[in-house]
Amino acid sequence: MTSMTPNDLNDAKISMTNHNIISTDKLTRTFGAFTAVDAISFDVHEGEIFGFLGANGAGKTTALKMLTGLLTPTSGKAMVAGYDVWQEPEQVKRRIGYMSQKFSLYEDLSVRENIRFFGGIYGLKMADIKSKTARLLEKLQLEEAADKLVGSLPLGWKQKLAFSVALLHEPKIVFLDEPTSGVDPITRRQFWELIYEAAHTGVTLMVTTHYMEEAEYCGRVSMMVDGKIQALDTPRNLKNTFEAEDMDEVFRKLARGK
Amino acid sequence: MSAISIKNISKSYGPVQAVQDISFEVSKGEIFGLIGPDGAGKTSLFRILATLLLPDGGNASVSGLDCVKDYKQIRKIIGYMPGRFSLYQDLTVEENLEFFAAVFGTSIQANYDLVAPIYSQIEPFKNRRAGALSGGMKQKLALCCALIHKPEVLFLDEPGTGVDPVSRQEFWEMLASLRTHGITMLVSTPNMDEAELCDRVALIQKGQIMAIDTPEGITQGFKSALYAVRSDDMYQLIKDLRSMEGVADCYAFGEYAHLKWSDDSKSSDHYHPPIGQTTWSRQTTQVHDYLMSKNHQNIEIKPTQATIEDCFIELMKS
Repeated sequence: MTSMTPNDLNDAKISMTNHNIISTDKLTRTFGAFTAVDAISFDVHEGEIFGFLGANGAGKTTALKMLTGLLTPTSGKAMVAGYDVWQEPEQVKRRIGYMSQKFSLYEDLSVRENIRFFGGIYGLKMADIKSKTARLLEKLQLEEAADKLVGSLPLGWKQKLAFSVALLHEPKIVFLDEPTSGVDPITRRQFWELIYEAAHTGVTLMVTTHYMEEAEYCGRVSMMVDGKIQALDTPRNLKNTFEAEDMDEVFRKLARGK
Repeated sequence: MSAISIKNISKSYGPVQAVQDISFEVSKGEIFGLIGPDGAGKTSLFRILATLLLPDGGNASVSGLDCVKDYKQIRKIIGYMPGRFSLYQDLTVEENLEFFAAVFGTSIQANYDLVAPIYSQIEPFKNRRAGALSGGMKQKLALCCALIHKPEVLFLDEPGTGVDPVSRQEFWEMLASLRTHGITMLVSTPNMDEAELCDRVALIQKGQIMAIDTPEGITQGFKSALYAVRSDDMYQLIKDLRSMEGVADCYAFGEYAHLKWSDDSKSSDHYHPPIGQTTWSRQTTQVHDYLMSKNHQNIEIKPTQATIEDCFIELMKS
């Protein structure tokens, strides 16, 4: 045990605490008189695909900024990947990945350059980056496109590449913002299979989206309304509880009482 | 006379064939959906119909007017809501509406009855700058601006993108109410579940139309037996089912996996057991036994109806 580094100790600590990779306790953020996030308390388990839903302006983005160490909470606490987001945001950032539909990769860098760039940003060694690049290109069958500009790739390829790049530094959690909007149904499913696969290896996926089809793929989902988490359960249980046919209806009933 | 008529329209950008020999007609007062992913050619088609882009070949007309020859007249009788928010962010809600009314030589008062049900929802914010509106409100304002000159035909390019489900539902309700004014609407969306809100749809992929019909007509075209299956380990479930004999296709579908049986046995050996009964067809039993042998837990299997999305997948693979 004496040879353990502080990181090892922390990793050991995580695995002992119920396998919760995210744990918040009355997490709150106010902007002047406005309370954007109002004392939310919830846990996300390791290896879970967790849907983080809410209407425009419900407080989702503010909550996510706190969970990714980009915004300090006004009060309350959040532990992410074993670290307190308020006290050690830099440690949190090293252990998370992020992919958004709007921006993830540099369009005027090639596939290989993007991988090298993001590997470098996350402090991977050159030798590591090289071997990971080769493995990634093979897995996504992108070997022939390796030196093409990302901007010239079809949207579906970009999304798969962006997700793989977000996983490059082996984060504990990857945050995904509307990961599959706009692609055809087959490409969308290929993407979800990558997500399932990542979850299978113990990575936690936190998905925010406006598309309730995406929510149906999650293991559990939470619904934020006016800064609070109004519901948190499996899609199936939510549909039962709210006597709804699909997640769209659950959303409508929760968000506007319709 | 059709409100919109498209005959053998093609458009290329260099080597990219965005629209390939597309033909269809939309009747007056119809809500017609163009359903397909990004890059399918939806926006090119809109731009051709809105007289903003010249086709390489074929003919298109709106209300009997030719999209190339009669472009000036067409611009007066259509409303176009592009995919990207394209109002003036620095003008207020009211100023935007006044501006678009003035451009078309009319006034807010002249056609107020048409926009009133929609405009009344954003009127409390009429002095707010458009750039400061929420996604749902921006969308309502954009619709008002596209309607203020009382167009005969309305083009709506991905109106549901970026807004939450509540606003999206309200938007579709507004479109349905516009039908009572006899306005023809061509709407595009990448979301298959919005197809059911249209009178007829065209499923479009890589510049080509794969099917045109009513939503019911499309789903009735799905001939194979389809099952919804789940177990505790979805990742393994899909892998296992794909390697099962007799399975034509298997893919994730929300909290279930959809399993398409390979023999076209929809009618022969497959039936829907009455609710509450656990009598299973041969196939259900077969799948269940197979999954048991693969150590799956909490297995659930039920016959299910094909959705537009299932049909889209089938058409893409055929």
